Amino acid sequence: MNTSNMTRPRMLATLAAGALFGFGLSISTMIRPEVVLSFLRFSDFGLMLVMGGAVVVTLMAYKLAPRLLKQPLLGDIFHKHPSVWNRDTAVGAALFGIGWGLCGVCPGPAIAGLGAGNWNLLWALAGIALGALAQGLRAK
Amino acid sequence: MSIFTTFFPLGWQHYLMGGAFIGAGAGLLFILTGRIGGMSTVFSSTWSFVVNKPFFQQARFTESRNWRLVYALGLILGALVWWLGFAGGVAESTAVPVWQLLLGGFFVGYGARLGNGCTSGHGICGLGSMQLPSLFAVLTFMATAFLTANIIARIAS
Repeated sequence: MNTSNMTRPRMLATLAAGALFGFGLSISTMIRPEVVLSFLRFSDFGLMLVMGGAVVVTLMAYKLAPRLLKQPLLGDIFHKHPSVWNRDTAVGAALFGIGWGLCGVCPGPAIAGLGAGNWNLLWALAGIALGALAQGLRAK
Repeated sequence: MSIFTTFFPLGWQHYLMGGAFIGAGAGLLFILTGRIGGMSTVFSSTWSFVVNKPFFQQARFTESRNWRLVYALGLILGALVWWLGFAGGVAESTAVPVWQLLLGGFFVGYGARLGNGCTSGHGICGLGSMQLPSLFAVLTFMATAFLTANIIARIAS
């Protein structure tokens, strides 16, 4: 593995970025499956504000950083992660939605919830890990 | 004001503020390290430590597995700061039945990895980089999630 990828400042930056993310998931109560499910049942539209707010801030960073900076402040390059629309993406997204509608937990909150003492979410975390394992074992 | 109480019975400020923090996290990761930080990949990349199948040994997993775990650790840390510093340290819990958490989680994990993204990968990073395929993915999982959640609510009541 490329060790220059993981200098101490980059590691701390990654930890801090994750912490902001987790703090945001918590303060917005997205770590409560009940709140997510009440959005999916049309009784509280808060999740749209969470997603909208997050997208706007992320969009600004993704747009502005490559214009203002030659490279990321702690080295490396500005990566891209192009998404594609094909059968796997469509089927995967549909299955993801079924699971999300069933449990009200998506990958971020499943992890972050543990930091707020929500041990019930370990069930969801285990389910997600097993689902990811099954997907990888079935993949060619 | 009635619109606010109808659509946001629990208030709206904390949702917007939380969203801004989430965006700040994804944005800071990009500005400092250049990385795109969706959350579901960590569930595949971490298996690469123990599963030798070629699928899990792809460079995109083995080269990112360390920082993705650190990122996940940060997620827990951020929630811990909120819990102890702002929420009075009362443990969160959920009344969603175990079978729904486990089975729903399984579909979430399988689907997010097959579709290369979840609510943060497609929803926040994908839409944040204005990618049409991610928009389609978001609309697809929102539709099936609405259906599933409402069907379950009917059955359970």
